[in-house]
Amino acid sequence: MTAVRLSGVDMVFNPGTGQEVKALAGIDLAVGQGEFVSLIGPSGCGKSTMLRLIGDLISPTVGAVAVNGKTPSAARIDRDYGMVFQSATLLEWRKIRANVELPLEIMETDKGERRERAEAMLELVGLADFADHYPWQLSGGMQQRVSIARALAFEPSILLMDEPFGALDEMTRERMQAELLRIWSETRTTVVFVTHSIPEAVFLSNRVVIMSPRPGRITRAVDIDLPQPRNRETREDQRFFELLTSVRDGLRAVEDM
Amino acid sequence: MSAGGRRVLAFLGILTVFVLLWEGYKWMGVTAGGVWPGTSIELPVRTNERSMPHVWDILFALFRPARRGGDLLLWVLLRAALFTWRSALLGFAFGSLVGFGLGVMFVRSPLAERGLMPYVVASQTVPILAIAPILVVWAGRLSVPRWVVVAVISAYLAFFPVAINTLRGLRSPQAEASELMTSYAASPRQVLWKLQAPAALPYLFPALKIAATAAVIGAIVGELPASMPDGLGRAILNFASAFSAAPAKLFASILVASLLGIVFVGAVAGAERAVVPQSMRLDAAETPAAVQEATA
Repeated sequence: MTAVRLSGVDMVFNPGTGQEVKALAGIDLAVGQGEFVSLIGPSGCGKSTMLRLIGDLISPTVGAVAVNGKTPSAARIDRDYGMVFQSATLLEWRKIRANVELPLEIMETDKGERRERAEAMLELVGLADFADHYPWQLSGGMQQRVSIARALAFEPSILLMDEPFGALDEMTRERMQAELLRIWSETRTTVVFVTHSIPEAVFLSNRVVIMSPRPGRITRAVDIDLPQPRNRETREDQRFFELLTSVRDGLRAVEDM
Repeated sequence: MSAGGRRVLAFLGILTVFVLLWEGYKWMGVTAGGVWPGTSIELPVRTNERSMPHVWDILFALFRPARRGGDLLLWVLLRAALFTWRSALLGFAFGSLVGFGLGVMFVRSPLAERGLMPYVVASQTVPILAIAPILVVWAGRLSVPRWVVVAVISAYLAFFPVAINTLRGLRSPQAEASELMTSYAASPRQVLWKLQAPAALPYLFPALKIAATAAVIGAIVGELPASMPDGLGRAILNFASAFSAAPAKLFASILVASLLGIVFVGAVAGAERAVVPQSMRLDAAETPAAVQEATA
């Protein structure tokens, strides 16, 4: 079954004014249930815009977006989306536990279940011991894990991630990628993941979608046939390198356009 | 030494410096005959007993009867301060609520902000001395106690900083935090109480401190047209008219009025420490980061 479908989507900002920007043109994309899809491309190719369209933070100028067979707006009201941004965006006056409970509070889940879910999620991201800390007491990588725990707390069917590891150092980043894959294999959530990093996209995804800028278009999609579960050895695999090359070539072609 | 001890010491140190400056200037003027020593240029403020009584004379005045056979000046002034504080406190509470309400309204509706903000700003450029008598006359028809009318005058000054900073604070969360709330399909009320209002607290408290002092000024000034005999306003007016005969009493009432303001602001600061975590306080937040940078 299809989790996300974009058909013939154009996105124009400030239409009819001097600052008109065509961010996306003729986007067609289908993401299957439980699939992990990465969007990659140079700055200004509209990959974040695409994520925001799927998440109903903006509406397309032309074309249609469907999420779980509904409009994005209906999907949002049904709480189908878990969002993770580049900055962890934790509420600094709340302890870690309360941060993870935030969406559950808003969805009026009862107190006992809220606590249980938060504990389970913190366990999942390996931060159970930090439930009673404040965000500023945690490192950037730990904060980002909390933000993933928060996004998963209400079991959304789709995880939308906008360069979630972009601000982390390389070692932390690789650890977080492995962690995300483990979580994904345990929850089987559909993931749409925006990134600048070729190895990150290849390591994580079932499919890497390559985009070109001005206006943003999908130029190619590369199926990543690396076996699961993926781990440290995957990064040394011959096939991993071939796929890196193939995505890199796709991006080069974009640059030459 | 503890941080509290250092603060008390700093306070006493600065107080000592002020006293020394005051008395030093006075001594210089008296010994040099009212001119800068070695010149014939006159000092800007005269140093005689009438213009600048000795600090100890001001303090002694507090412990002498305010009038022949009456209570000590200190008691008279403290009673007046307490009386004024009742109006100031109500005015502060009322003004803060109105200010917060306006902030919430403005953040919800840009139209309301555009339409009403000019009036909010204009309200503060009209001197309170002109507004106060009007409010007193208007309230004359209603059977409102006078001290409540004074509270309304005090609220008129107090609401403004709270409205401005509430608006700023409610707008302070990052765009991502708001988008997160949108993605949860949170109601406007949930966004207000779970995100915007807590984020606004660090902005709110500095405004509440300003509002506390403004409320005291509003109450003191408001007592004059309301012709209330019991508050600090009347006391200051009386001592001002008797200034040349007994200057120390006016200075003493200034001391008590500022004491009232300090206690009030101190109470707000105490509430801030209880409510806003250290890491979020605007004045404190900058320091640790800067110190970390410097010592790293």
